[in-house]
Amino acid sequence: MTFELFLFYLFGATLVGSAMGVILSRNPVYAVLFLVLAFINSSFLWMLIQAEFLALLLIVVYVGAVAVLFLFVVMMMDINLAELQQGFTKYAPVGAILGVIVLIEIAFVMMSDQITIKAKEVQEFAADYSNTEELGKELYTNYIYPFELAAIILLIAIVVAITLTMRKRPGLKVQDINKQVAVDAKDRVRIVKMEADE
Amino acid sequence: MITLTHYLMLSAILFCLSVAGIFINRKNLILLLMCIELMLLSVNFNFVAFSQYWGNLDGQIFVFFILTVAAAEAAIGLAILVVLFRNRRSINVESIDSLKG
Repeated sequence: MTFELFLFYLFGATLVGSAMGVILSRNPVYAVLFLVLAFINSSFLWMLIQAEFLALLLIVVYVGAVAVLFLFVVMMMDINLAELQQGFTKYAPVGAILGVIVLIEIAFVMMSDQITIKAKEVQEFAADYSNTEELGKELYTNYIYPFELAAIILLIAIVVAITLTMRKRPGLKVQDINKQVAVDAKDRVRIVKMEADE
Repeated sequence: MITLTHYLMLSAILFCLSVAGIFINRKNLILLLMCIELMLLSVNFNFVAFSQYWGNLDGQIFVFFILTVAAAEAAIGLAILVVLFRNRRSINVESIDSLKG
């Protein structure tokens, strides 16, 4: 067994274990932390087959943004866990059986002789080969329109997330800039003429 | 050496775990979203493995777009979740029955 294969089994076992942690843990906070572990391990695994750019992107985007977002939401909400865990044991066998069936089906497909490249070894790249550079070249030439579309999707996501969660609470003390600017001296000070006291 | 089958089997196991997770945690909306993220990760695994073993970069470009869409989906899904919790004080899937579907 080569060292790379050992690393693959190590990271793969941790990945499967943390995925089980995600689906089985009672506390959603632990589930999110297991999710982070799963993402980091899959990043290592992608690094093993020399897909460096996506491996780093996975850490930046998933661990840095998506998982932290999940963590924020989980910690912000006061969830009644007992109510959500009703029927956990009732549905666990169904889920397990279904998962095993799907796994067997996928294994059958992969064992078939139709997939001819399955025993192929990963190509060795030269030391000066840059995965990031090659991806960038491809992304900015052949895939420039999908790339711009992706930017628009992200913009729409920002707008949607903000408009969904924004709310006007009554009785909240906020500044109205327009009113403040348009104010006149006469509105604030009233000069009253009155007789002086002797 | 690590072959393509190793990666495909690992991603299959990951996919099956997330399918099982959706059935096990079918009341908790947050965990459902997390299982969907895991599912997308296993699909990305397939794309990256095929792309590297075939020596064709298009698969990795596609993973890039899947990451974009997954990030947008997570942001919008969590925003909907926050609004739901604000209105219902619960994230139980069974309490979302206003449409009587």
